[in-house]
Amino acid sequence: MNLTLSHLIALLPLLIVCATVIVVMLGIAWRRHHVVTATLTTIGLNAALFSLLAVLTVTPIRVSPLLLIDNHAVLYMALIMIAGLASTTLAHAYLEGFDDQKEEFYMLLGCSVLGGLTMVASDHLLSLFFGLELLSVPLYGMAAYAFRTRLSLESGIKYMVLSAAASAFLLFGMALLYAESGSLAFADLGARLTEGGGHASWLLMGIGMMVIAMAFKLSLVPFHLWTADVYEGAPAPVTAFLATVSKVAVFALLMRLFMSAPVTDMASLHTTVAVIAFLSMVVGNLMALRQDNIKRLMGYSSIGHMGYLLTVVVASDDMALLTTGIYLITYVATTLAAFGVIALVSSPWQGSDVSSLKFYRGLFWRRPYLAAVMTVMMLSLAGIPMTAGFIGKFYVLATGVESQLWWLVAGVIIGSAISLYYYLRVMVMLYLQPTETEEYDASSDWGQRAGGIMVILLALAVLILGVYPQPMIMLVSGATPG
Amino acid sequence: MMLPWLLLIPFIGGLLCWQFELIRPNTAMPRWIALLSMVALLVMALVMWVSGDYSLSQVVGNTPEWQSEFRLPWIDAFGITFHLALDGLSLIMITLTGILGILAVVCSWKEIDRRIGFFHLNLMWVIGGVVGVFLAIDLFLFFFFWEMMLVPMYFLIALWGHESEGKSPVSAAIKFFIYTQASGLLMLVSILGLVFMHYTQTGVFSFDYAILRETPVTGVMSWILMLGFFIAFAVKLPVVPLHGWLPDAHAQAPTAGSVDLAGILLKTAAYGLLRFALPLFPEASQAFAPIAMTLGLVGIFYGGVLAFSQTDIKRLIACSSISHMGFVLIGIYSGTLLALQGVILQMVAHAFSAAGLFMISGQLYERLHTRDMRQMGGLFGRLGALPGFALAFVMASLGMPGTGNFIGEFLILFGAFDVVPWVVVVASGGLVLSAVYSLILMHRVYWGPPREKTTIARLDGREYAMLLGTLVLTIALGLYPQVVLDISQGAMHEVRHWFAVSPSFAG
Repeated sequence: MNLTLSHLIALLPLLIVCATVIVVMLGIAWRRHHVVTATLTTIGLNAALFSLLAVLTVTPIRVSPLLLIDNHAVLYMALIMIAGLASTTLAHAYLEGFDDQKEEFYMLLGCSVLGGLTMVASDHLLSLFFGLELLSVPLYGMAAYAFRTRLSLESGIKYMVLSAAASAFLLFGMALLYAESGSLAFADLGARLTEGGGHASWLLMGIGMMVIAMAFKLSLVPFHLWTADVYEGAPAPVTAFLATVSKVAVFALLMRLFMSAPVTDMASLHTTVAVIAFLSMVVGNLMALRQDNIKRLMGYSSIGHMGYLLTVVVASDDMALLTTGIYLITYVATTLAAFGVIALVSSPWQGSDVSSLKFYRGLFWRRPYLAAVMTVMMLSLAGIPMTAGFIGKFYVLATGVESQLWWLVAGVIIGSAISLYYYLRVMVMLYLQPTETEEYDASSDWGQRAGGIMVILLALAVLILGVYPQPMIMLVSGATPG
Repeated sequence: MMLPWLLLIPFIGGLLCWQFELIRPNTAMPRWIALLSMVALLVMALVMWVSGDYSLSQVVGNTPEWQSEFRLPWIDAFGITFHLALDGLSLIMITLTGILGILAVVCSWKEIDRRIGFFHLNLMWVIGGVVGVFLAIDLFLFFFFWEMMLVPMYFLIALWGHESEGKSPVSAAIKFFIYTQASGLLMLVSILGLVFMHYTQTGVFSFDYAILRETPVTGVMSWILMLGFFIAFAVKLPVVPLHGWLPDAHAQAPTAGSVDLAGILLKTAAYGLLRFALPLFPEASQAFAPIAMTLGLVGIFYGGVLAFSQTDIKRLIACSSISHMGFVLIGIYSGTLLALQGVILQMVAHAFSAAGLFMISGQLYERLHTRDMRQMGGLFGRLGALPGFALAFVMASLGMPGTGNFIGEFLILFGAFDVVPWVVVVASGGLVLSAVYSLILMHRVYWGPPREKTTIARLDGREYAMLLGTLVLTIALGLYPQVVLDISQGAMHEVRHWFAVSPSFAG
């Protein structure tokens, strides 16, 4: 096929991120400079983000059989890049005090963002796999970036092993599908498979294995065992990245797979996903109850959140895409800001992160605004009105009620009730009388730094979207076909 | 245009309190700001009280007649609007909120001595949320405020609460939050179910009260949806099997928190039943009425027995609230105009008497540093005027003629007698129990041999004024309840109209 100008425009974000990664790499080879590297990455990601405006003029467009760039893809690309930018900002603050090579981090981050972008635009099993690996492999390095602390190294290795296992599942599933249909493109795949004939059991196994692989990445029960350890060990900016970018990319893809491939329209598959969703909501939240480490707690809570969101996959109707978009936006903003606060509190110190809950005791009386941000985030995660998280939960419940998935609706309610306990525990910890333990704090000028400003902006966004979600709804429904 | 201001005043006032503390810590300024906002709220409510026309003639057929309305588009995709409206019922509740808001600020003047600004931020936001609940007639907006007010209340209990029997206030606060939030989600699901039902019938999304009220809901679905609403309100009221959070939350909250909880937060539930549960699901509610009244009876007796066995003075008052709210539940579900009017009066009167009792226990705690009644005894004569006030409020609480509580209980029982004579007969027996635990309270705390001869600090001007003010209101309500009844008449007539559509129900 010929590449025309409009194809190139459609590829702009990918090209720009690619170029950024190369420039950063060459820059490091030439001379190490932390601030310059971070700035370059930020500029590159920003340019790619703005290039999406140009992309919007040519969508929907198919670039080679591999990529389909439509409004759906653009929305999630934007979300991924914003999350990438936020992680860059946090990483900059975090790595300041890091006594090792700092610059390669940004290269890894760029590669990973590139993988995410590929994934949300993929319309073909090949680009899916390519994107997923490009997203995950740099993440191993990032998780183990502070490899001199045992936990970080452990988290990197754990993530690598389990992620590789998931990739193996994915490949096997893809192979089975290919054997059955003779095509790797989503649309073809769907068409051939609905024609019927062939071995239904192979098909089911193929799809099932792919779902398992994605469940690994989304850390859904019973494939969630890696989550808490990896979240705990990885440096806070990496955890923020992992919890947002990789989840958004995988979920966007999952939605595309379920919405565009009729092959997933099988009752048994939907039942399986429903069971996984219900288990994730309940188990994830139950496991979080006993955590004293805020990063582990966030890890388990993310399991619950992905469980809530999985309701829309089971529903798979008109509203599902809208709900996915809205929920992911609110979830990303909230998670980024929550990890942002953790990263800011942890930044000025060497060694492992300040993640034990007791260090957050009385934060409000030392850093009122930072604690206020954390409070808003906990409320948003718990889905209390006036925060964006409530709008997300509202949409999930609306989807569930609309599709009459009463069990899942019950699961969301039970999960939320359980989750309140630990979110509130974190929240009240910020306000209790400080004790005599050694105190960790964000540096006193945190509010003037890029990381601090970003966190405050995110908190404002969460509050404003919680009170006036209309712009967000318009944006997402503009990106939803039909 | 006054409605949004009713909402904004507490919210803005609260933020000002907090900012003031951040700029200049340890001043009394936040208290004054809070007091000022509450007075402003009350004055606005009273202006509307005087200027509005809430008489029966306002009710024309099925269309609700709001005294004033305010509407802004909000979330178009779902047809959600920022829709506030005010009728007699909301006005009474908001006026009550204003009065109790003032009391809450004044009674924490000395009790709260740390983080004054943040305390008042939370207090003001609770009040703001409650005002929102009383004004919102878009179901989404209603839910929004319903859940939102939990957060500041949670902080009030968790951060300024007291330990009780070795339990930290945090656990009481968390219990309170989980109970109410989880049941709130049930209500959200019910709201959504109703909205989608309306959508399938008409193809239009709307969360508007007046529109959804016209949606016919029948069969099993109406039961499920109605129960979603009922459970959410039953937790807050509280109705007996769902009351577990109440004694802890009340006992461990600071005085201002208890005053607000008993005075207005519990009333949001009764308001919700009157405003939403009954008119939206008249048939299911009627079918459910016998069960609801049975629960009310259980509440009256169980609450009374529970109150009797408490040793903590605040827990006793809290448990007595369960008993009083049992009467409210019976009144609501009996559905006669007289009983509904009685419900309104009972709510207002209970708010005053419970607030009075909680303020007194707060003052006792400030002086004796205990709430354990076994440590008290013989306080009459050592405390100046305080025991006298206590006696007056206890009498109000047990429904002595001359107080508003008497009128309320009398109207409820009298009104319900036509419909459910046996329930009324049994419920009247509950009055005996309330006399027993009220007198026990008096006896244990104030009579008996004094433990020491020394006198304890007397009431100062502030304390005296707020107790006297509350007492005057209680007695005024008992002597001339018509002031309130006139205002609520129109709204109650409408509830009655919606509730009594089906002739199958006797009455």
